[in-house]
Amino acid sequence: MKYVNEYRQKASIEKISREIARITTRPWTIMEVCGGQTHAIVKYGLQQFLPDSVELVHGPGCPVCVTSLEIIDQAMALAARPEIIFCSFGDMLRVPGSERDLLSVKAAGGDVRLVYSPLNAVELAEQNPDREVVFFAIGFETTAPANAMAAFLARQKRLRNFSMLVSHFLVPPAIETICSAEDNRVQGFLAAGHVCTVTGYEQYFALAQTYRIPVVVTGFEPLDVLEGVLMCVRQLEQGHYTVENQYRRAVRQQGNIPAQQLLEQVFEVSSQSWRGVGKLHHSGLRLRSAFSAFDAACKFELTLPSARDDSGCISGEIMQGRKKPGECPHFGRDCRPELPLGAPMVSSEGACAAYYRYHRPVIE
Amino acid sequence: MNIQCPPPVETDERVRLGHGSGGELSQQLLRNHVFPHFNNPWIAQGRDSSVLQPNHQPMVFTTDSYVVTPLFFPGGDIGKLAVYGTVNDLAMSGARPLYLSCSLILEEGLPLSTLSRVMASMGHAAAEAGVALVTGDTKVVERGKGDGIYINTSGIGVLDHPVPIGPEQIRPGDHILLSGDIGRHGMTIMASREGLEFESPLQSDCALLYGPIEKLLAAGIHVHCLRDLTRGGLATALVELAETSGCQMVVREDAIPVCPPVQGACEILGLDPLYVANEGRFIAVIPEQQSALAQSILSGCAVSAACRTIGAVANGDRAQVILENALGAERLLDRLPGEQLPRIC
Repeated sequence: MKYVNEYRQKASIEKISREIARITTRPWTIMEVCGGQTHAIVKYGLQQFLPDSVELVHGPGCPVCVTSLEIIDQAMALAARPEIIFCSFGDMLRVPGSERDLLSVKAAGGDVRLVYSPLNAVELAEQNPDREVVFFAIGFETTAPANAMAAFLARQKRLRNFSMLVSHFLVPPAIETICSAEDNRVQGFLAAGHVCTVTGYEQYFALAQTYRIPVVVTGFEPLDVLEGVLMCVRQLEQGHYTVENQYRRAVRQQGNIPAQQLLEQVFEVSSQSWRGVGKLHHSGLRLRSAFSAFDAACKFELTLPSARDDSGCISGEIMQGRKKPGECPHFGRDCRPELPLGAPMVSSEGACAAYYRYHRPVIE
Repeated sequence: MNIQCPPPVETDERVRLGHGSGGELSQQLLRNHVFPHFNNPWIAQGRDSSVLQPNHQPMVFTTDSYVVTPLFFPGGDIGKLAVYGTVNDLAMSGARPLYLSCSLILEEGLPLSTLSRVMASMGHAAAEAGVALVTGDTKVVERGKGDGIYINTSGIGVLDHPVPIGPEQIRPGDHILLSGDIGRHGMTIMASREGLEFESPLQSDCALLYGPIEKLLAAGIHVHCLRDLTRGGLATALVELAETSGCQMVVREDAIPVCPPVQGACEILGLDPLYVANEGRFIAVIPEQQSALAQSILSGCAVSAACRTIGAVANGDRAQVILENALGAERLLDRLPGEQLPRIC
């Protein structure tokens, strides 16, 4: 298949691999930001194509994993209400809240629907004028434009029965938090290619300068990831720290401007709670006041329950690259995909799910 | 004078609760919408059960229930599935299918024209498979308590070639053959359910499988094991066989064919084609020395023309399935914890 097969060819991958080995003279620690990249790395065993001195650590880019327990509990509460059709992306359905997940709310009678696009939820609201339709609008900059479009369309169509439970995250503040931590050991970043298709990568230049750290906008296929690593190692070896774009077939420096304009119109930047990490300034999006009629939290007067995350899941440390899944005492024992303690074991972008699925022959 | 209370007039063309009452409406339903599609001596006898002529061959018996939304999809429908699925289960024991039963659970309000279409499709599929539908039952549930139509079929077949076929026959060194590309049925259903559109239209792979099996057996291939790939896809079938046989299996991901529309849809939705459902594919575990012959026989049949050897049974004593990818990385295949869920971005 075009745009896939040519990025999975062993010969091209080995070529890049030899080049990385040739130029590497010292140990380097590089973080891939996005969970999609983590999955490619673990699925294709890309670490075997890197010299031992180049270590990849996994970053915070799993939208399901960073969504706070409080918001997930709010989602459960909304989904259980008889007047509500609660719409969610598939990934979110199995994420454990304090007591249960959305699939068990569904089994208990809640009207929980899996949608592929937020616009499906808008259609549902039109088709069911006597029901309240709530869409669980989560994710990073990648999903934000479609979610913004849902609110935009709902306003245009004057829908009174559509709202969104918003929990949006921005990637650059998370990278900055990792860079500024005292014990940070990440020396270079592979930025999330799909986030940058929307945002572009101008905002990373300041970050690269401030923290003297290379940032390479990177794609998701095996060859993309290795090429990103090569570009990053090359900068590190030469003492450079700037922003480069490996994912040129999808990303432009200025990003997708119509999408950014729509985001600007619908959302504003706010502080946001990251699960396992805590509250970070300017790291989230919330609906602007012009769209507050579509804010489920206001509409249903939700208060944030003070949920206690005592599952034992160390998602915060996993998401910041401080620990690898195998270092968690629960991994593969009392935390497995069918009985997850936390989101990283559930999501198709979660690091623990990737290790469980693709790495067990190694860890057993 | 013979005074009879006339049966209620069929006011609309939909299934009513009375159609399941066992009374005149039930008879009308069977006479008008079911029997015409299954013309055979057993049905004509109108008995509660059918007397079958036993012979001296070993018999094989299986049952399966069919629930699918939508009822009609590109490449098939619930009626065709209900015949093919059960007949294929018989074929996986090496059995030539002979008889089927058919139990219908209909939802009040189902258009009778829909029922007729499904029954016509079942009748056609049964004729194609060479099986007689010899007994059946019909019940009606209240509107909202069913999904239009549920079908259960049980099947009886006989072994013309009594070679033992089953997981216990699997031996180290055996080759694992896959009859064709995977994932078409599951992605077709998902696409029609969710209104997803692809550039090249997808069709279910739903097909009868006894033809190629019969050819293998007739050619004297010592088929060790057969498994049709249905729910849970190829990965789940392999894991089940490894666990039951206690053998380790090693398969190569790049040997497993996936057609571009299925691969594309799976890439977009974040699904693994190894776990997507099929209705017309099977794996055959064949002794190494006969594997080339088996492959050429299967390649000569339309439903298994794209047959490939995807791996082998290893000497390892751990009951597990190892998948090698094109880059040399290995991973363990597992059952899925539940349904595959599409990802966010």
